[in-house]
Amino acid sequence: MFDALSDRLEAVFAGLRGRGALSEQQVDEALREIRLALLEADVNFKVVRTFVSRIRERAVGAEVSKALEPGQQVVKIVHAELVRILGEQSAPLDLGSRSPAVVMLAGLQGSGKTTAAGKLAKLLHKKGRQPLLVACDLQRPAAVKQLRLLGEQVGVPVYAPVESGDPVAVARASIDEARRLGAGVVIVDTAGRTNVDEQMMAQAADIKAAVQPVETLFVIDAMIGQEAVAVAKAFQEAVDFTGVVLSKLDGDARGGAALSVAEVTARPIKFASIGEKLDEFEAFHPDRMAGRILGMGDVLTLIEKAEEVYTAEEAEDAATKLLTAEFTLEDFLAQMQQIKRMGPLQGLLGMVPGMGKALKDVDLDDGQLARVEGIIHSMTLAERRNPKLLNGKRKKRVAAGCGRSAQEVNDLLRSFEQMQQMMKSLGGARGMKAMRQLRKDPDLAGALGGGMPGLGGLGGLGGSGELSGVGGGLPGRSGPGSGGRPRNKTVPKRKKKKRR
Amino acid sequence: MPAPPEEPTAPAAPAEAPALPAEPPPPLTTRERFRRRLGRARTGMGTTVVGIFRRGVSDEAWDELEESLIAADVGVEATLEIVAGLRARAKEEGVRTGEEALALLKEVLRLELSVADRTLHRCADGATSVWLVTGVNGTGKTTSIGKLAARSVRHGDRVVLAAADTFRAAAAEQLELWGERAGARVVRQGPGADPAAVAFDGWQAASAAGADLLVVDTAGRLQNKTALMAELSKVKRVLEREAGPCDEVLLVLDATTGQNGLAQAKAFLEAVDVTGIVLTKLDGTAKGGIVVAIQRQLGIPVKLVGLGEDVDDLADFDPDAFVDALFATAAGDGDTPDAEDRAAGER
Repeated sequence: MFDALSDRLEAVFAGLRGRGALSEQQVDEALREIRLALLEADVNFKVVRTFVSRIRERAVGAEVSKALEPGQQVVKIVHAELVRILGEQSAPLDLGSRSPAVVMLAGLQGSGKTTAAGKLAKLLHKKGRQPLLVACDLQRPAAVKQLRLLGEQVGVPVYAPVESGDPVAVARASIDEARRLGAGVVIVDTAGRTNVDEQMMAQAADIKAAVQPVETLFVIDAMIGQEAVAVAKAFQEAVDFTGVVLSKLDGDARGGAALSVAEVTARPIKFASIGEKLDEFEAFHPDRMAGRILGMGDVLTLIEKAEEVYTAEEAEDAATKLLTAEFTLEDFLAQMQQIKRMGPLQGLLGMVPGMGKALKDVDLDDGQLARVEGIIHSMTLAERRNPKLLNGKRKKRVAAGCGRSAQEVNDLLRSFEQMQQMMKSLGGARGMKAMRQLRKDPDLAGALGGGMPGLGGLGGLGGSGELSGVGGGLPGRSGPGSGGRPRNKTVPKRKKKKRR
Repeated sequence: MPAPPEEPTAPAAPAEAPALPAEPPPPLTTRERFRRRLGRARTGMGTTVVGIFRRGVSDEAWDELEESLIAADVGVEATLEIVAGLRARAKEEGVRTGEEALALLKEVLRLELSVADRTLHRCADGATSVWLVTGVNGTGKTTSIGKLAARSVRHGDRVVLAAADTFRAAAAEQLELWGERAGARVVRQGPGADPAAVAFDGWQAASAAGADLLVVDTAGRLQNKTALMAELSKVKRVLEREAGPCDEVLLVLDATTGQNGLAQAKAFLEAVDVTGIVLTKLDGTAKGGIVVAIQRQLGIPVKLVGLGEDVDDLADFDPDAFVDALFATAAGDGDTPDAEDRAAGER
């Protein structure tokens, strides 16, 4: 598959640094990459077309900034344009002043309407509102029951007078029910419908007319492909929605549909559903989504975090050691502790461009980190510096000391050794590729959930210039995390040699 | 000159043949049903693939074809490869007219989708067959199982359904309602129960009753959630420990899914060794082109398609109809005068 857009643009612009304005030809090449990246991310091809032509206008003739690589500069333009379309800020739910305020949900089958209704009820309930859930999905078997159960879990009333029949009548009657119960917000769940089913689309419009919602939310699956445009247009025509809920964003889809929908409907994305639990529902962040679509990760946050915890010397030190064979378990432990200071690991890795993808299947949880830490803590200093000292007897002692099995100690040592080999042979900057290799080797990745070797790559992040391709759109940032120019002159030299 | 009949690539033609003997044709064959449904969703919606090559074979036509495939969610990588291969062949074989190019295109795409066997496997010795149904959230697993059960019961099978989706609220109730409709027994436990335990119970019940078929419903899970994928592997392990190898492990895939479909197929293949795909919601405007990429890369065939909400709306996969439908509207929804021209030309 394709690498992150920023990496690909780097390749296009290789050797062009500091040559004045971007030429048309360079821009064309870059635009091709952008086009492919967006299509890969499921942005609708027509939306891609208009998007790319807008980027062209802005990029041709743009002065090549001194601080940025040309590739980074284009990425910056693309990113800014994405954010502009997705909405500069998160758009809040506007419930108006009428009581009860009605929120209606609509969308395709299986997009997650009923779950979103439950989550929205929970969110509003937490904010002190009194929501009433209304079951107007009388199509799918047991949908009503599902909503009842969700209502129970959230602790809000559910109006579900019938299991089948006329959803418009139910919707109409729900307003009185809300008044009777003193509920300030009515959340109307509707049946899923395909955009070509005229009868069902008309029914959705009828429900809307009956309850006069202040907000009509269109729920769309983040995994949807090219059809997002046709579907969104059809729903806009039928119910003229006021906002979008992007569901299943906890998956690994790039979510280009978000861009398609925002572009063709000009409606803000208001919520993102980010997990199966009822409170995993949050305001949508356009800037994060832009990074995700581009496969860029949340670079800014990562660099900020890295700057907070790494000192320049530490980073330099780690990078040098990593590329030579001097990287010991002790260094490894120190790095792990630094990483821990930066926050939860999974979230952290998700922010790393390329890495997010490379490590996606590798299950890195902080519990594993703690276990590994425990194992290393149980070793003597000498053992940490020279793991070869660890014979069977010592391993047994270490295992007993940390309460893990000897097997786990072995796994750690094996992974560590492999990581050392890998880093030595590949050099830090190639760590990413190695990571991908790793995923293909179930044995290796299986060791400690595959987590260990990945950390080596993270270490490389510290200062070996790993992030230089990544700092797309970050002028003047060359903190220890961002690398940019490697401080240690010996590092790049070495790397070059290895690469040949 | 007609298209050169499948030369070095012989297995193309017999591909769809084995799909039929799976079941005696009901009044309306599933194939007719498939075609009719696809037609209904698409009538009057603009150009077809014929339009692309209406003006002969040109660079623009190839570009347009590329776009159509991408618009059908086939994916950039697969599209570029398919079109490049097609162009090379067209050049080699001296294809000049649009008709020839079209015939070649269909041949190539059918070849992409050709598999030796598209039937749903059953246990050979007449013992209870086991089908495990998996997929991400909201693709239509439970609904597909309901339809599958109805189909098998009508066929004279005794069917047991196991409600191993113990996570989603009211999933078991949904399956029970389908079971009632279809005339299949449903085995369930309380919410939050261990899905493997439910699958186990399902097997016990099915084998004790001498049922012909056990279909196990599972909770939707996003393929990047390792713990949930491990849970699914366990369900399969437990089933296989009791019943021997699952006869089918079906991945239910929503036709609207974009490029993530490939990641889904990969992950489920790895976790439970998927044997076939059920492509649902083909009654909308989505083309489900991602299955082309999936079959190319992973070799998992589409076995069934979901064409609507009725109990009968589950059909055997028909590669010809699917290929035709891929291009139904893809060349443009009439947003350019050019495309409208072509659409008018069609009519």
